[in-house]
Amino acid sequence: MVTLLYFASLRESLSCSREQVPLAAPTATVESLIDHLRSRGERWAEAFAPGRSFRVAVNQQMADAATPVKPGDEIAFFPPVTGG
Amino acid sequence: MPIVRVQEADFDVGRELEVLTGGRTDVGALASFVGLVRSANDGRGVSAMTLEHYPGMTERALDDICREAASRWDILESLVIHRVGSLEPGDRIVLVGVTSAHRGEAFAACEFIMDYLKTRAPFWKKEATSEGEKWVEARASDDVAANRWKG
Repeated sequence: MVTLLYFASLRESLSCSREQVPLAAPTATVESLIDHLRSRGERWAEAFAPGRSFRVAVNQQMADAATPVKPGDEIAFFPPVTGG
Repeated sequence: MPIVRVQEADFDVGRELEVLTGGRTDVGALASFVGLVRSANDGRGVSAMTLEHYPGMTERALDDICREAASRWDILESLVIHRVGSLEPGDRIVLVGVTSAHRGEAFAACEFIMDYLKTRAPFWKKEATSEGEKWVEARASDDVAANRWKG
């Protein structure tokens, strides 16, 4: 299992802030996880559409599509940051 | 060691900056930046703002940014306090303070910390505007500001 977190506009459009999901394969990456999320339906496909600008962090460090994920990891999805 | 705090409460700028210099005689320069909530953004009136963040990662990201600044410039101490929750126009949002022996290092490190905070620390602003609630969109100019420190 991995923990998925969603923040800000992504949390609102998906109506989800936190969930736990099993990893489909032992060699999962951020990209394979996003592919899985896109397959959940229109709302998810739209939120993670290729042209959409979103960021991913794995275990609280900025990550990219190729970053591997393993059981127990915390993976967060969020829009570009706007603090300060 | 950077001082990093994420909090709902307001902060006293003078008191917080004194912590950086108190009891030291090697500080020749203290540079600081205070960010405030504006009453207008992108041509819309802003009546209130909510700041969301990613607890845990936020503190880690701010700490990393301060350490990166310390590796680039000869600074003595650094401080970042960032507010979250509900804010109104005129409220303080963020305080950055940096001390060094000479002003050049403190000025540069302070600006660097703000530029990196803007593009790397997981905060998100939602504004209550005359046209309803709206998530603030990231600005390309912030990426440009952060990118000039590369290389």
